[in-house]
Amino acid sequence: MSNNEQQQLTGAEIIWECLIREGVETVFGYPGGTILPTYDALNKYRDKIHHVLVRHEQGATHMADGYARASGKVGVAMATSGPGATNMITGMATAMMDSSPIVCITGQVSSAVIGSDAFQEIDITGAALPVTKHSYLVMDIDELADTIREAFYVARSGRPGPVLVDIPKDIQNAKTEFIYSNKEFNLLGYQPQEDVRDDDINIFAMMVNNAKKPVILSGHGVLLSYAYKEVLELAEKASIPIATTLLGIGGAPDSHPLVLGMMGMHGESWVNHAIQDADLLIACGMRFDDRVTGNLKTYSPNSKKIHIEIDPSEINKVVKVELAIHADLGNALRKVIPFVSKTGRKEWLNTIAGWHSESQMRDVMNIKTDTLLGAQAIRKIWEGTKGNALIVSDVGQHQMLEAQYYEHDDPRTLLTSGGLGTMGFSLPAAIGASFHEKDREIWVIVGDGGIQMMLMELATAVQENVNINIAIINNGYLGMVRQWQQMFYEARYVETPISSPDFLKLADAYGMEGYRVEKLDEIIETMEKAQKNTGPTLIEFVVEEYEMVYPMVPAGADLHEMIIRPLSDENNNGQLKVKEKVK
Amino acid sequence: MKQTLIVLVENKPGVLNRISSLFRRRNYNIESLVVGHSETPGISRMTIVANEPDQSKRGNIYFNLLKLVNVIAVKDVSKLPCISREFIMVKINTGPDQFNEVNAVAKQFGARIVDMGAETVIIEVTDKESVINNLVSALQPFEITEIVRTGKIAMRRGKTHKVSSDKINAKPGEITWKPDQISSYQN
Repeated sequence: MSNNEQQQLTGAEIIWECLIREGVETVFGYPGGTILPTYDALNKYRDKIHHVLVRHEQGATHMADGYARASGKVGVAMATSGPGATNMITGMATAMMDSSPIVCITGQVSSAVIGSDAFQEIDITGAALPVTKHSYLVMDIDELADTIREAFYVARSGRPGPVLVDIPKDIQNAKTEFIYSNKEFNLLGYQPQEDVRDDDINIFAMMVNNAKKPVILSGHGVLLSYAYKEVLELAEKASIPIATTLLGIGGAPDSHPLVLGMMGMHGESWVNHAIQDADLLIACGMRFDDRVTGNLKTYSPNSKKIHIEIDPSEINKVVKVELAIHADLGNALRKVIPFVSKTGRKEWLNTIAGWHSESQMRDVMNIKTDTLLGAQAIRKIWEGTKGNALIVSDVGQHQMLEAQYYEHDDPRTLLTSGGLGTMGFSLPAAIGASFHEKDREIWVIVGDGGIQMMLMELATAVQENVNINIAIINNGYLGMVRQWQQMFYEARYVETPISSPDFLKLADAYGMEGYRVEKLDEIIETMEKAQKNTGPTLIEFVVEEYEMVYPMVPAGADLHEMIIRPLSDENNNGQLKVKEKVK
Repeated sequence: MKQTLIVLVENKPGVLNRISSLFRRRNYNIESLVVGHSETPGISRMTIVANEPDQSKRGNIYFNLLKLVNVIAVKDVSKLPCISREFIMVKINTGPDQFNEVNAVAKQFGARIVDMGAETVIIEVTDKESVINNLVSALQPFEITEIVRTGKIAMRRGKTHKVSSDKINAKPGEITWKPDQISSYQN
């Protein structure tokens, strides 16, 4: 064999060679007709790449997403054409909304029959267009390696996001010389990095120094840009309190005195009051989602706003700002911090502390109830994990309660679907994350509705024997929807009561450990059993049906017009049985 | 207010789809889109006329276009001195008796009669959008059976402006649009 012949690889082999060179160790996927050549070639790369067989392609994308969020690296999902590819759409949309870097590789029918409605053919690059950062259909074997390299670059750089690479079967079978280029990318229209202008830095510093009541709004960008230290340094130097978005949780340590907690619809009242009363908002890597701002007309009416954001299309999209800094957050903050003067800002911090103490009486841990509350269960999980676990929450009441009652001190320890609000995200995302966070304790916090949306991935967890603990907060309802029905639809609980299988039997059937908890004092003890187990464990928490998440800003209402939790003595059971007491 | 955007894109399959999908999903109003080859091989040039009444959305169109990986450069030329042109062909059912009248209208607009059959004529003209509209009005008394218009194309007056070619030769990191445009494009 000549040297040249040795270099000849099939498209399928090139895919794996490229993934290895991108540092990929784990791929989440599901085989099928048009991706078969690639799966066949996987056999040669078993020692370098671990493939996780999922039970549904949506699960594969969430796993890649969970892996990406936990590690900061690009997650990879693989599927066949047609239904395999369309099943990935929700996962790509989830990653898109939350700026999570994943690369999805799909098989496609042979290029000769594309467009003929062949078996399992779908125009996935077309279908996925609005839910991907970019997508490729590879029609030439000689472009395959460069395309995959480019896909990883686009996924992880700038504002990260999902990238789809669709590869026809004949391209996977074709052979060519494999060259993995290390040249600069030839992307004419894509140059994401932008540095800060000195003028802007001066104005930025001046605005901070002149402010009496500033608040930092810390978003997901803080994590994506690894700017945790910088945000905290700015906050500490100028004594600026930090409010976080849902996805920003963990970007600043919750136990830090300057960190107020989560803002927005279910943000704590003192956080929202601080934002409404502020004279300067420093928005760091966040996008003023409607769940964060409430009514835009009355949003923080007296503040000047600085927006530091890597994606310029987010700037001035919903909230008009006085200073727009289009840059990498870490770069911008590192430049501005030297120009910010050291201040104490006692008055402002005391005002916020006052709001804080008023709210504490309403804390759910002070409520005496006969039934276990979801919030109490989550607080106990926080205690039982010493606040050190990686939490993957699903979508709904438990998600908001987790954000309120689990304090995160480390970055990337809360993974949740914030933008798209994808029920079912948590279990597969936790499985994905477990392949990066091998030493950290992982807890899935999920509702009885959410777990049933991706229940099939329990089998994946068992097959891979991943060390995750699944806390199902079971209230027999689609809780958040029920809460809206109680508040805004005169308690007509239409199609929100939901039955569940016997979760203990289910755990047994899947071959995993399972426990049920109904009382507060059983929680820690049961958690210890789960913590001892090295495989997946399921714990069902049977909780109060009519629990509400407070405070709540109704959709579109003013941020300061919060519905707060009734005090225990105002209402017999604290927040419960509000069924009769509809607002 | 109408917004005219010059967009340079990589000439790759699916690019038009990406642009039109963006307008659809962001709910921007699009009036016309013209695409063709540019002076550089591999790069196509579009002229997009957006009719977005919402002030705040206009700057957003600009940055969302620029965010597409295949879009090389975007220039909003709405308020800049430009030559803008549209091409139209109109087919009219007319007998020999009306021909002179049609010809008179055409002459008035500098239009040409490019096809003359027993019962039909085709008139063509290239001009500003307003002139084209006036021509269509002036032809209303006749029996118009078909109209085809290209939509507007635009080119800035004077020296070739950097933006239309800069990014193509730029090194990574050198971007021609700056943060101050964020505010200026809002208006």
